[in-house]
Amino acid sequence: MKKQYFINANIVDPHNSINELGGLIINEEGKIEAIGKKVNINNLPTREKPIDLKEKYIFPGIVDMRVFVGEPGYEYKENFRTLSNAALSGGVTSVVTMPNTNPIIDNVSIVDFLKRRGRDKSMINIFPCASLTKNIEGTNMTEFGLLQKKGIIAFTDGIRTIQNTQLMSRIMNSAKDLGSLIMQHAEDLDLSKNGMINSGIIATKLGLSGIPDIAERIIIERDLTLLENIKCRYHISQISSEKSIEVIKQRKEKVKFTCGVSVNNLSLNENDIGDFRTFLKLSPPLRREEDRISLVNALKDEIIDVIVSDHKPEDEESKRLTFAQAATGASGIETLLSLSLELYHNGSVKLETIIKALTSNPAKILKINKGNLSIGADADLCIVDINKPWIVKKEKLISKSKNTSIEDKKLQGKVTNTFVKGKELFKL
Amino acid sequence: MASKTNKAIKISQKHLLGIQDLSINDVNLILDESQSFIKLNQSKNKKLDVLRGKTQINLFFEPSTRTQSSFELAGKRLGADVMSMNINNSAIKKGETLIDTAMTLNAMHPDIIVIRHQDSGACNLLSQKVNCAVLNAGDGRREHPTQALLDALTIINRKKKIEGLKIAICGDILHSRVARSNIYLLNMLGAEVNIIAPTNLMPKDIEKFGVNTFTDMKKGLKDCDIVMMLRLQNERMTSSFLSSNREYYEYYGLTPDKLDHAKSDALIMHPGPMNRGIEIDTNLADDINKSVIKEQVELGVAVRMACLKIFCD
Repeated sequence: MKKQYFINANIVDPHNSINELGGLIINEEGKIEAIGKKVNINNLPTREKPIDLKEKYIFPGIVDMRVFVGEPGYEYKENFRTLSNAALSGGVTSVVTMPNTNPIIDNVSIVDFLKRRGRDKSMINIFPCASLTKNIEGTNMTEFGLLQKKGIIAFTDGIRTIQNTQLMSRIMNSAKDLGSLIMQHAEDLDLSKNGMINSGIIATKLGLSGIPDIAERIIIERDLTLLENIKCRYHISQISSEKSIEVIKQRKEKVKFTCGVSVNNLSLNENDIGDFRTFLKLSPPLRREEDRISLVNALKDEIIDVIVSDHKPEDEESKRLTFAQAATGASGIETLLSLSLELYHNGSVKLETIIKALTSNPAKILKINKGNLSIGADADLCIVDINKPWIVKKEKLISKSKNTSIEDKKLQGKVTNTFVKGKELFKL
Repeated sequence: MASKTNKAIKISQKHLLGIQDLSINDVNLILDESQSFIKLNQSKNKKLDVLRGKTQINLFFEPSTRTQSSFELAGKRLGADVMSMNINNSAIKKGETLIDTAMTLNAMHPDIIVIRHQDSGACNLLSQKVNCAVLNAGDGRREHPTQALLDALTIINRKKKIEGLKIAICGDILHSRVARSNIYLLNMLGAEVNIIAPTNLMPKDIEKFGVNTFTDMKKGLKDCDIVMMLRLQNERMTSSFLSSNREYYEYYGLTPDKLDHAKSDALIMHPGPMNRGIEIDTNLADDINKSVIKEQVELGVAVRMACLKIFCD
C-alpha cells in the first residue's frame, strides 16, 4: 500500500480531543502515521502529491453498536456482503451484530461460522454478539466465558428483555466474574405485550395496542438496582422516553453503566406513523415529541453515550402487511451519520458530541481500539462533505432491504469516501 | 329515490374508511340518503336497480352476522351483484396476504369492496391497492363507520336531532371500534358524550377526543338522553382485564336502577351481539318502550344502501 497524504481537512477525533483544520497521513501498513494541524503542505515531502480535502471533514470510522444481519437464516434480508457495502456508504467501519438470526447465536460452534462469513464476505470490522439466554428464551444463560474466547464481544437477547429478575441477577453475576459486557433491551414483556406503537392518543386513534413508556423505565430501574450490588459491564441498548432519562440521570452518579439511543428516536416521533406506515413500526417505538426532545437534550448533555442505527433490514413481504402483522424495524446503517448530523445542522447538539457518540464512546464501552484516529491505529475513517444536501430514496439504498424510516427525507451531509485499514473501500 | 338537493353535493372521500375522514357535509349526505331507503325497506317491493351491473364483494375476515347480512341485503336491494367471500374456504387460509387477496379481487373489476378485518388499518391498506371504493365494515378496534352512522340515524329518527343531546357510551371502550366511530360522529353532530368504563377498559388519552370519562356508571348516566351499551369483547381479551362477568354486571351492567339516573325518556342502544346478563339486563334489552336495538338493525340496512350508492358513484 502506498502512503496517503490528506491536507486541509476538518478533523474531528473526540478520542484524542482533536477538532481542527489539518492533515492526515496513512502509512504503508494502513495505520495512521500523523494527524492534525502540523500535517500541512509546508512540511510534507515535496515529491508527494497530497490530496487537498478542501475543508471536508474527517471522522473516525463509525462504530454502530446495534446492527441486525440476516446471516445465518435470513440471507434474503441482508447478508454480510450487502451489509458491508451499505455500512461503508454511510461511513460505518465497525458493527456490532445482534444474535437474532436463525439459528440464534447462542453456542460456540456457530460463532466460528459467523466469524468466517464475516471475514470472507465483508470488508468492515464485524463484532458479533451472542445471546444472553439460549434461543433467547429467557430461561438458561449461554456460556459467556467460552463464547467470549471465541470472539464474542457482548451479550444481548437483542429484541427481548430478560424478564425474570432472578435470572437477570445471575446473568450479572456471571458477567461480573467473566468481565463480559451485557446489553439489555429494556422493555417489560408483560406491559408491552401485543403493543405496536407508543401508548397514547395516536395508539387510541389508530386502534393499535400501545407500549407504555414505563415498560422501559421499570426494567431500567430494576437493572440499575441490581447493578448497585453486582458491578458488571452493563449497557442499555436503546432508550426512548423522557421517563427513562429521569431515572438514568439520577442513577448515573451512583452506579456505572452506559446507554444508547436509536437515531430514529432522535429524529422522529409517533406522529410520523401517519396512516399506518409499517416502516415506522419500531422497537422501542417512536414516542411523543416531548420524548424526542428530551432524548436530544440528553445526548447533548452526554447522559446518553451512544447513537445506534438499530439497522434491521426487513424484506418487502414482511412489511406489506397490516400494521399488526408487519415486521418491526427499519434499515438505517447507511443513513445513520447523515441523519445524526441533522442535530448538528439544526443547532441542537455539538458536532463533537455527535461524533463521540458514534465513534469513541461505543469503542470505549466495547473495549476495542476503534473509533479513534490515534497514531498507530488502523486507518478506519470517513471523509464527509458536511453540507452536501441529498434526499433519501428507497431505490438508491445499498442495503438488501429497503425499509428505511426516512424515505424522501432531505438530509445534509454525505460520506464521500470510507477507508478501512487504510484502504479506500467506498467512494461517492 | 334520492332527494334532489343532494345531487349537487358529492362525497369528499373515495373510500369509507372511518368517520374521522368525513366532513359534516359527507355525514349529512349519507344520513339524508339513508332516510329515503327506510321507507323502501318497509314497502313490499324492495328492489331498485341503482347499482345494476355493479359488483360488490364482501370480504369478512372476522365472523359477523348482522353487518355482513346487512351489507349483502343492502347491495342486493340496490340491484348489485353481491359476492360474499367465505374466508374459511379461501386462499387466505393457505397463507395468502391481504394485499395479494386484494390484487386478485381487483383483477375481477369489482365496483366496491366491503371489508371487515381483525387488524386496525386493514381497510386503509386495502384501499391503497385496489381501484374501486372500499367500505370499512370494522377494522380491529379502530373504526366501524356504518355502525356509527346507523346509530346516528336511529337517534335522529327518535329524538329529531343530535345536537345538544347527552349520550353515554358504556362498556368495553378499549377494544371497541364502535365506540371510536361513535365518539367522532356524535361529537361532530354536537352531542355531549360521556364514556363509562372501568379503567382497565378505557383507552389511553381518550379524554383528548373531547369526551367526559367516568368509572362510576351512575354518575356517567346522569341526565343522559341515550344510553349506548357495548358488548364485552371476550375474544379480544388477552389477559385479566376484569375479575369476573358477575362483578362486571354489578358495576357496569345496565339495570333498571342504574338506568334511573338517565333521563326518564332515555333510549337504550346496543350494536349487538348482546351478552344478556353481562352488560345488559335481559328485560331492558327487550323493553319496547326503551330499547331501540331492533330499530338499529333495521336502519342499518338503509344506511348501508346509502353508503353503497354514494361510494359506488
